[in-house]
Amino acid sequence: MTTATTYGARDHARAQDGTIVDTMPTIPASAWPGPPAGVDAADLTWAETVAGGGYTHKVLARGTEFRLTDLDGDACAHLLLYNADAPWERLNVADTVKVQWNAYLGESVALLSDQARVLATVISDESGKHDALCGTSADGLTAFTVAAAKHGLTPRDLPPSLSLFQGVRVGESGELEFQGSAGPGRSVTLRAQLPLVVLIANVAHPLGVAQVSPLRVLAWRAKPSNPDSPEWTATPEARRAFENTADYLTARGLA
Amino acid sequence: MTTTEVPARAAYSAIVRKGQTLAIVDLHGNQAVDFLVYNAGDTSERYSAAATIAAQRNIFLTTGSVLRTAGGAPLMTVTADTCGRHDTIGGACSKESNSLRYGQHTRHQHACVENFLAEGARWGLGKRDLVSNINWYMNVPVEADGTLGIVDGISSPGLEVQLRAEIDVLVLVSNCPQINNPCNGFDPTAVRMIITGEAA
Repeated sequence: MTTATTYGARDHARAQDGTIVDTMPTIPASAWPGPPAGVDAADLTWAETVAGGGYTHKVLARGTEFRLTDLDGDACAHLLLYNADAPWERLNVADTVKVQWNAYLGESVALLSDQARVLATVISDESGKHDALCGTSADGLTAFTVAAAKHGLTPRDLPPSLSLFQGVRVGESGELEFQGSAGPGRSVTLRAQLPLVVLIANVAHPLGVAQVSPLRVLAWRAKPSNPDSPEWTATPEARRAFENTADYLTARGLA
Repeated sequence: MTTTEVPARAAYSAIVRKGQTLAIVDLHGNQAVDFLVYNAGDTSERYSAAATIAAQRNIFLTTGSVLRTAGGAPLMTVTADTCGRHDTIGGACSKESNSLRYGQHTRHQHACVENFLAEGARWGLGKRDLVSNINWYMNVPVEADGTLGIVDGISSPGLEVQLRAEIDVLVLVSNCPQINNPCNGFDPTAVRMIITGEAA
């Protein structure tokens, strides 16, 4: 097929339509062939597979559930979250671990903003190998810089990130032990409690190996947590964070 | 030599030139000193708790620790420390986080983020420039199950940390006003800042 002319180049470009590769978004997401159990394909809002070394980003509605899956056991999902309506409110890992009196991420943990509200909650965790201490690697910094720019954000808007699927533990003298992953096929599911800008870089953990395998991202319409949800009352601190969030949303006219 | 006594609950900031040393003296003991540091020439280059602890593979700071940017560049080096270890993971108290840790009744108490915002504004810094900070003299152990907390301090009157600037830096400090946990022995006190040496 010639590309020497505008007509030929147009035909050449258009002939690519429908090509499928291993790491790409599915658009519309409702066309994704494997929605999670109990999720109607029509409710899918994000279906994407991100290569090792790649990144993705999305604005998600409050109440959205999003599931990250380490397909082959060597993914590392570095995550940053922002209030989509006011992105100077963002993930604060120090408050997240200090307020909830625990350095390790897991089920029912709230990912807190600097404004003492819940950005998202971990609603299920098949991995248990995560890290809120070491931030991201040089590749992750580059990926976050570019992803953030696509939401009007600059390097000043990049706080320390957290990462999923590669565990770190703290020893008695404060030393860091890198645990690696829990193996292939593990998922972590989160629920957006505010409208979110989500930035994800699937790159090496700063203490891990350089080879990173693909990450799958699925998201679907769901309901935000309410006072009957287990995560709402997981701790007194989480309850107050949900109350602060509800206070904000009520005053803002969003709930 | 420039010596500044930072009153209890107050903010402080200064440029420390490459080669100069900043000493932080815990005059009365167990006084948390919340601390951020920026490249004075480009404040988008700033202290990264994550990069600092990943590089040294330890959450505690002491002599030999290098305070790094997210990209790994050295900002300052701890050249002396008579206390022993300092916190990197607890961040700063804020009116907002106080509402979570203690309850809404603490919402109007003074907090480190207030100091950071007010003092940072003098240098053109805003909320976007605040990241996880160092807490000199604050004691935050992590248990085997991940439980962490601000517990009674291990500092005492007159202990001192010395930091050598590896480039020209801006330091932004909140002499922590917190009264709801033991980071200041429930009694915030003054600290002393001493800048010595010739700029390289």
